[in-house]
Amino acid sequence: MTTIILAIIIGAAFGAALDRIGATSPNWIGRMLTLTNLHLMKTILLAIGVGSALMFGGQTLGLVEVANMSVKTAYVGVAIGGLLLGAGWAAAGYCPGTGVAAAASGRRDAWSFVAGGLLGAAAYMVSYPAWNGSGLLDGAKLTLGEVPGAGYPGLTGLPGDILGLVMAAVMIAVAFLLPDRIVSRPAGAPAE
Amino acid sequence: MPLNWKSGGVVLGLVFFAAVLLVKPIGVSTQFVILDAIIADAANPGLITKTEAGHTSTNAYLAKSGGKYAGNAADPLNYSFIFVLAMAGGALVSVLLRGGLGEDERRMPAIWRANYGDTPWKRHALTFLGGFVVLYGARLAGGCTSGHMMSGTMQTAISGYIFTVAAFAAAIPTAMILYRREV
Repeated sequence: MTTIILAIIIGAAFGAALDRIGATSPNWIGRMLTLTNLHLMKTILLAIGVGSALMFGGQTLGLVEVANMSVKTAYVGVAIGGLLLGAGWAAAGYCPGTGVAAAASGRRDAWSFVAGGLLGAAAYMVSYPAWNGSGLLDGAKLTLGEVPGAGYPGLTGLPGDILGLVMAAVMIAVAFLLPDRIVSRPAGAPAE
Repeated sequence: MPLNWKSGGVVLGLVFFAAVLLVKPIGVSTQFVILDAIIADAANPGLITKTEAGHTSTNAYLAKSGGKYAGNAADPLNYSFIFVLAMAGGALVSVLLRGGLGEDERRMPAIWRANYGDTPWKRHALTFLGGFVVLYGARLAGGCTSGHMMSGTMQTAISGYIFTVAAFAAAIPTAMILYRREV
């Protein structure tokens, strides 16, 4: 029962946060991916940095359960799937989480995204044996460095918890250093 | 206007942290499979069956990892499924609290209208196709923007970095080709 209550509280907080940062709006996703307004990119980088710093910092102090980490396997299919997801994400302006949140917020095009998503997931369920047989799903669960007590081997021999804190600091620094936009404004376009 | 990136980033970062502190890292895309399995099992009751140890399925994907997905579909009242439903509820409440979306945005986002005019059926066709490709890709990758990009890189998972690089490598050129007009 406790886990269901936590699911409701953390899930609702996540959905509200996605809405408030603009991630459920294809307009903000489009601005980020065309590199014309990196506000959302800065938000996400800062969020990952803050979450990561608290997690690794808390682990170092013994306040956060290392066993709560859940690292996914790295395999060739991650890259292929990432490319597919990236193309669809850019075209639709939604990813799985923000698509569901946007559908709930009343965006009608997000309902067709969710419907397409259910069909896409079903198509993967059916085609899974072929992928599994191809060897493209074979790999290992790795972190940058071995995190003490987490049970995942490190890609490098460096201490994973310290490296985690360093990466968190890098994410936060990049969030601050990223310019507001990268692509220059088209000639003749009015200034904001 | 969304929250300033500094406040928004800290708020979202605290949510990520709360998830990994109290339960486990955030993930969404698996639940599309779980909902599919619930629907398919209702239509075709032989799909998911009970075993001595838990559940299994005639579908190899639902049966993998000891029938974990089959079990979650048989009992949808589990953390990950409720999490996604609550996420939808949280987004709705948040939108309503800030006065709701305008009818124009509900019909189609401004970026679409600026580039392709008021063409709702074209927009629906593209988001449907987009949804298909996104979820097929997410399941092949074993996670999506939340599970890999956010939760993965937060934990310094190599899979998270691979996914993030691949997703942006496809997303940036696609967006630049499709959405030339700024909003």
